[in-house]
Parts: sequence; C-alpha cells; structure tokens
Amino acid sequence: MNAVDEKDVHRTIERVARESYGRLVAYLSCHTRDVAGAEDALSEALIAALTAWPRDGVPRNPEAWLLTAARHSLIDFIPHQQVVLTGEPTVLLLRENSTETALTTKFPDERLKLLFVCAHPAIDPSMHTPLMLQTVLGLDAARIAGAFLTPPKTMGQRLVRAKTKIRDGGIRFEIPQDHELSQRLAAVLEAIYAAFGIGWDDMAGADQRGRDLTEEAVWLARVLLQLMSDEAEVHGLLALMLHCEARRAARRGPQGQYVPLSEQDPKQWSLPLIEEAERHLAEAARHGRPGRFQLEAAIQSVHAERARSGRTDWAAIGLFYEHLIRILPTLGTRTGYAAATAEANGPQAGLAILDAIELDLASDYQPYWAVRAHLLQRLGKRTQAVEAYDRAISLVEDSAVREFLLRKRA
Amino acid sequence: MQFALLIYESPKAFASRTNDEIDAYMGAWRAYYQALLDAGIYVGGDPLEVPETGTTLRIEECKRRVQDGPYADTKEQLGGFTVVELPSLDAALDWAARCPAASYGAVEVRPLALETKRRITQ
Repeated sequence: MNAVDEKDVHRTIERVARESYGRLVAYLSCHTRDVAGAEDALSEALIAALTAWPRDGVPRNPEAWLLTAARHSLIDFIPHQQVVLTGEPTVLLLRENSTETALTTKFPDERLKLLFVCAHPAIDPSMHTPLMLQTVLGLDAARIAGAFLTPPKTMGQRLVRAKTKIRDGGIRFEIPQDHELSQRLAAVLEAIYAAFGIGWDDMAGADQRGRDLTEEAVWLARVLLQLMSDEAEVHGLLALMLHCEARRAARRGPQGQYVPLSEQDPKQWSLPLIEEAERHLAEAARHGRPGRFQLEAAIQSVHAERARSGRTDWAAIGLFYEHLIRILPTLGTRTGYAAATAEANGPQAGLAILDAIELDLASDYQPYWAVRAHLLQRLGKRTQAVEAYDRAISLVEDSAVREFLLRKRA
Repeated sequence: MQFALLIYESPKAFASRTNDEIDAYMGAWRAYYQALLDAGIYVGGDPLEVPETGTTLRIEECKRRVQDGPYADTKEQLGGFTVVELPSLDAALDWAARCPAASYGAVEVRPLALETKRRITQ
C-alpha cells in the first residue's frame, strides 16, 4: 500500500473515530457503567485499526470492526477486575455478541443515556460539560482543560473522579422517568450550551480553540436532536446556536475589531445557517411548549430579520425578554431586557430596569456596566457614563471588546 | 445494588425524638419504615443515640487517644442509617427524597462496598 492510500486510511480512521466515538463508548459502557474502561478499550481498538486497516484494507463496516475489537480487549480486561457490581451478566453480554455476526448487525444507540449520565445531578455540575466533551465527542483532557482555563492535570483528575462516581456510585444508564425528564433534559441542554458559550467567548476572531468548541456544541445538539426530535427545547437550543453561528464572520471587523450586533452588516451573515435556525424554531413552536432556549432563539430570530427588513423590531425583542425573565430571571437576561427596552422606549426606561438589579449582584458583570455606560451616555450624563465605562473596561477579558469600550468612552 | 441512606440531623431534630413533637417525628419515621418494608427494599439499619453520647478513639504514638463526642464537629450529625436494595442511584435518590430527614436535615446516599466486604470476610 502506498503513502497516499495510507493517508486515506488515516483520514477514514479519524472520521470514523469522530462520528462513532460517542456511540461506541456509550454502547460499551452502558451495562458496565465503566466509561473509563470503555474509552481505554476503544483507544486500543483505534490503535489496532491503525495497523490492520492499511494492511488489510478498510473494513466494510468500520464501526462494527472497532466495536468488536474494543469488546475483545474489554473481555481480556474484565476478569482481572472486580465485577461484583453488575456481575457475570456483563461478561456474558459482551461475549454473546462478540462473534463475527456482530459485524453486520446494528447495535443500539445509547448516546442519549450517556448524555443523561454526564449531566446527572449526582455529578458536580461544573463537570457536566467536560464529561460530555470527552465521552461523547472524544476530546482529550488537555484540550478540554484549555477551554475551561484549568491545568490539564487538574482537569484529568476531575474527569477520572467523575467517571469513578459513575461506575461505583450506582448511576444507571437510563432515560429519566417522565416526572424527572424535563429537569434532567434541562441539565443536558445547559451543559451543551455552556460548551458553546465558552467557545463563543474565547473566539477572538482568529482563535481556533473557541471556534472548535462552538462547533462541537452544535454537533452535540444535533446528536441530541437525532435522539429526541420531539423535544421542543432541543430544537430551540440548536436554533439559538445556529443563529449565533450565522453571525460569526460579522462579529469582527477587517482589523479584528469588535463589531456589536447592531452595527453588523447583515450581508456578512450566513443565510443558510439562519434558514436552518428558523426551521428548527418553527419546528419547536409546533409543539406548543415554549421554553428558555426557544425564547432566546426567538430573540436572535428577530435580530436576524434585519437581513430582510433592514430594521430591528425592538418591541418584539422586549416582549420575548419579558417572557424569558419570567422563567429565567438571571443577570444576563435582565441586562438584555434593559438593553432591548432602551432601544424600544428610550434610555431612561432601560436604565430603570438596570437600577432594579441589586448592585452587589451586578458588580462584576461586565455586560451590565457596558449597557449602563451606553445608556448614561445617551442621556448625556457624561461623568457617570465614563465611570460605568471604566468599570466595564476593568472587567472585560476580550481585548477587542476592551478596545471597543475604550473608543466609546472617549 | 445496596445503598446506605445516611441520616443527618440537627440538634433540634435529635431533641424532637423525646419532646412534645414526638408524634410528628415518630409518625413520619413509622410511615417511612412501613413504606420501605412494603416495597421489599429494606435490608437493615438503625437510629443512633444523640451525638454527645459518642466517643471517638484513635491510636497516636502507640497510645489510645479517647475523645468525648462524635468524630466530626458539624452542625448536623449522623443520626442513623438505613440500608436498601435498589437497582440504581436514581431509585435510591427517590427513596432518600421520601425520607423524613430529607425535609428537616440531609440524607447522604452511598453505595455499600460489597466487594470490599467480600474480600474482608471470605
């Protein structure tokens, strides 16, 4: 086999690894609860593929090949471990299907259960997103650590601890029962959105790291949608992220400077992504069960309307915010509501909403100070505006946003 | 799987075992115990006497160091434990939520280490 073919094989392995990683880990671990063991078995299978596939050719069903190989290494491994928790049925189950017939039969997709395990209330909430990124998407601990601004060693230890809790704590791989489903699904959606948010904040234009994480989050939402297409909020989350993704190119000027949404050129927005977002939002609305992500997506949808109409319907945005605040009265939504109200009804009305927020709550929240500064400036209260700008500037992490605020303060 | 439900109670809850609130306290626990029996998941368990009756011992430099009081000096103290047989942590959390102490104290759910027990006792 020549070098070009070998490159092809490596690309195939990479593609299969990316597309099948979560499916294989979920299937291999859902009876043993041993996520770390399943990941180890799968990486051995991937290493085996690197030798076997260039030699023998890529198998007709690469995913099934990896599954069989991973299963063999799991069986080799299990007798050395104590398997009292789930006991012999696991070993039997693994053996039962490990014949070559498995190469042609389909295996059930257990990724949904794995997502629910990752966002289980018994797992530290700060680990929900890292666990999903690792077990469903196969990101390594070092990369996850980078995104979460945590030392790789610390992140690695936390991931190991969480997986031990899954294995030994009695967390079952199952879809939550109806009375729990909405709360448990909310945790899964939040974890996916958190990954997107980290990627978004990191994305100082050229930063590939942030870009990757937003893409991974969209991918996770798509996986979830395949498995739960009847849940309105899943469509809502995907619509929200796609609307944001659509504006990626417009967020920075030619010199990398920050461009706020209201000053973005709609010609730079991605129409296909906006259309896809709108389809999901319409599909969500069909279920008649509004929720936090649908409302946030609806707000972005109104902004996207500007591409067609040339104007922004701030009154509509204000209305969506009113609903949103009722179910999600966070600092972020209240600040957003203030900004929308100021556009619709004047800066004084917006400032009144900001004034109602407890100051100790908002003291370290940069968007609050940026909006406050902007509204004070519009009201001609120059001294107070400069103070608020200074506060916002001192809290900002993104240098492009800092320069933007510095320009506005001047 | 077997899970221990570790019952943490405040001094006030310990006191209500013997004072006028005895009916509300005991009534809730009697009903809960009966529910555990009816569900066929009860393995065992016991309440503990008040923390002040505890005595903690450790050997330091080959000498016994005995200390009056419970091991940890916290506001809420271990007041008892119940062992139940259930298929998953979620099922155990459901039963922990029904436990009277979940409303007035806290319940820690911890799997029993039966494999470790087997290695010790075999």
